[in-house]
Amino acid sequence: MAAIEQADAARAGSQIGRSVPRTEGRDKVTGRAEYVHTMRLPGMLVAKIFRSTVAHGLIKSIDTSAARKITGVLHVVTIDDIRKLIPNPYYGPAFHDQPILADKKVRFVGEPVAAVIASDPHIAEQAVQLITAEYEELPAVFDEVEAMTSKVFVHDELRPAATFADLKHLKGLKGTNIALSFKLRRGDFDAAYAEAAHKFEHEFRTQKVLHLPFEPHATIADYKDTGVTLYSASQGPSFVRTEIARLLGWPENRVRIKVPYLGSGYGAKLYIKLEALALALSMIARRPVKVALTMEEMFYQITKHPCTFRIKSGVDHYGRIVARKCEVFWNGGAYADIGPRVTQKAGVTASGPYAIDNVWIDSHALYTNVTPSGALRGFGVPQLVWAYESHTDMIARELKLDPVEFRRKNLMRDGDQHTSSQVLKDAAVEKVMDLVLDRMNWSRPFDEGTGIVRRGRGFAIAIKTVTTPTTSVAIVNVSADGSATLYCSTVDMGQGSNTVLAQIVGEVLNIPAESVRVVQPDTDVTPYDMGTLGSRSTFHMGHAARRAAEEARDKLKQLARELGEPDGSNIPVGELFKKRYGMQAGNIVGSGTYKPDYVSPNPETGLSPNITPFWMISGVGAEVEVDIETGHVMIAKLINVIDCGTPINPKLVETQISGAALMHLGFTMFEKMHFDGGQVTNASLADYKIPGIRDLPGTMENLTVDNFQHNGPFGAKGVGEVATFCVSPAIANAIDDAVGVRLTELPLNPEAVYRALRTRAGRPLDES
Amino acid sequence: MSPQRVIHFTLNGAAAAAIVEPHHNLIELLQAQFGLTGAREACGQGLCGCCTVLVNGRAVSGCLYLASFVDGADVATIEGFDVSNRLSPEQEAFIETGAFQCGYCTSGFIIMVSQLLDKHPDPSDDQIKHYLSGNLCRCAAYPEIIEAVKLAARKRKARAATMARA
Repeated sequence: MAAIEQADAARAGSQIGRSVPRTEGRDKVTGRAEYVHTMRLPGMLVAKIFRSTVAHGLIKSIDTSAARKITGVLHVVTIDDIRKLIPNPYYGPAFHDQPILADKKVRFVGEPVAAVIASDPHIAEQAVQLITAEYEELPAVFDEVEAMTSKVFVHDELRPAATFADLKHLKGLKGTNIALSFKLRRGDFDAAYAEAAHKFEHEFRTQKVLHLPFEPHATIADYKDTGVTLYSASQGPSFVRTEIARLLGWPENRVRIKVPYLGSGYGAKLYIKLEALALALSMIARRPVKVALTMEEMFYQITKHPCTFRIKSGVDHYGRIVARKCEVFWNGGAYADIGPRVTQKAGVTASGPYAIDNVWIDSHALYTNVTPSGALRGFGVPQLVWAYESHTDMIARELKLDPVEFRRKNLMRDGDQHTSSQVLKDAAVEKVMDLVLDRMNWSRPFDEGTGIVRRGRGFAIAIKTVTTPTTSVAIVNVSADGSATLYCSTVDMGQGSNTVLAQIVGEVLNIPAESVRVVQPDTDVTPYDMGTLGSRSTFHMGHAARRAAEEARDKLKQLARELGEPDGSNIPVGELFKKRYGMQAGNIVGSGTYKPDYVSPNPETGLSPNITPFWMISGVGAEVEVDIETGHVMIAKLINVIDCGTPINPKLVETQISGAALMHLGFTMFEKMHFDGGQVTNASLADYKIPGIRDLPGTMENLTVDNFQHNGPFGAKGVGEVATFCVSPAIANAIDDAVGVRLTELPLNPEAVYRALRTRAGRPLDES
Repeated sequence: MSPQRVIHFTLNGAAAAAIVEPHHNLIELLQAQFGLTGAREACGQGLCGCCTVLVNGRAVSGCLYLASFVDGADVATIEGFDVSNRLSPEQEAFIETGAFQCGYCTSGFIIMVSQLLDKHPDPSDDQIKHYLSGNLCRCAAYPEIIEAVKLAARKRKARAATMARA
């Protein structure tokens, strides 16, 4: 297998490594690209949602009578109406724990309780304002560490989905908020830590932030008794189809999910979100119904996981890390969504890219009474890197070791066992580090600043697995004129997957990428894909598309042979079809499936010799200027380096690195959802600041190292998330370098920096 | 619900009429009655720029601008920028520099860039940031957008020179 793929890469010529402009560029710059949020169907109704005002409570009554009296209101819907049509109205990827509308109980402020269907959105909105509900409030739990031992239980009973075999044992469990605990045991942490010359223990926290794609969540459901079509802003149409079919008790072929372009996703639009509600409302209205959120409502849909990470390391006399213990608590919010997967998949790499013989990892997914948490560009890894790369820096500084050389001494390299026990291969850890340091001029003297502006620099490096095992299927159709079409369910949400996949097909068929048509996901025609997530598409769908194109190519060669063409003939493909069918007619269809090998982690030790088909590596160097009178931090320089194997489209790769790093700059420097009693108090773009054009670093470089992924399509591997991992710790390390204060909680806003400076000066500010 | 009103205005160069209610905003008017979805509501507060539309040559936030206010006005949207199927210099520049990812905010950016270049044919980085500070891009294509503005400025001049020669 590997040899075949090497040979493919050697052949790679005209299409691979070309910065092909986005295939959908013209539609986007002319305003004509289609998004669900702005889509209308004939006869379509719209729905608006009435939401809970309490964080945890039993629903005593819902009064919809005034809302029903508004002219133009067709239906006011509660869970009782839905249950008549969908007997078990619960959904979710890991747990079937989320009711389509609140069922007897509410578990977070903003949870959907009722919905109004009308032909005019203003009428629906007005009617929502007239709904009232009475709750018997229950004590609530908001903090992930408290949730471990709290006597407040978000769910009376756990309801794991059948989807994941390793969660089945949790079914029916009561009296806990722990949705999943992942543990990894390598060597003997306790003994090694006890004997270590130096011991370090720190705790880090990350805040609740959200994806905030500019196209808010939107789904239109068009239900008929013979079949249902959903137009959904979804990153995973295949999964949505499975869930909708399950809710209906139908075979999948009666459920059609269509996805046009996405106004981005970043993980917000994964698995199942508004689709179940839209389905239920269309069943009730017997007409197409659209559910489209406002930006404010996205604060009640899905967020990133806040996280508390307690980390302990033992270091020997030679500066080698001999033991590391990681206790990670993930704040999953009221419904599990994909939190259990985040907990396990991220958990595996919680000890970082370091070769440590004795590792103990506990990673817990917890229910709390806040907006559910899911995957946000990194599947939990940025939260972990924030902790372990801050911790690593603190150790080095305390031991008076160069933070970079301390890392180098402990780094994993190809041929080493990763913590999981898999042997590292094609993971350019040290190359990434060296390129960052080179671009930072790390070995040169550094101007530390004087007066009120002090300068510092920081470094961080990270490793991640890809969500495994997952499957992708692709179909390549060569038409009678020789043009080629790729059918796949990978969703282009701005990352440029359509362009990259067209390049792969073009490479195999020896035609320009620009001539390959990529069909937008539509489960009636595009085959299965696990989801557009976790930087998996270039690798998984890339392989599937490559195989589909190869099969089509081989069938074309076979056709040529059958028609008596000599080997190596360059007869145009269209002529082949004409010769065979006497006119421009017929098709050649190739299909390809890809699923990497995988070994489940041992349930006792969490170890696996094959946990991931490739490793994502990233490193960041940051230079900052800190104003010691205000705590303001200016990012003077940000060097982002990743290992993505072969960059199939260098320009798109650069744009992904840049976008990922800048998005994460917001999570690092200022973004934070504020809460009061479970209520989000800054649910708008006016009060929740995201990066704008004035927040760009002074200089920024976005680079890849020269590397070849032996089992990747043309040597490539994932890109989308990778540049998010290291931004936060690199900047915190630079702040420490500049002014000697260590921040252990995000965001690193001026207030946090200034408070730390005052505390360090022995003049702490009052809290509040 | 509320009294309706007939308004008359120019939309991308053509005479247009519509029946609007007092609470309808410009985005609803364009999307519901004219099928123009290039200007889109995202934040709903006039802060992100996704809903940018030109009214009498001035960029406005369509999500805050009442539809009835365009009575008698000249309204231009992104859909009117590629006259006779030829992309504007700004549109070409956005494609060539890869100045977008998901594309949701792109219409608004392109309209603001055209405003910027009308006023400042050779914009400095500061002028670019000043003009575009009211447009947000969650994919954060800002470095490419700055590059696109500079390329668009060159393209405009090249087109002007070609027209002058013709």
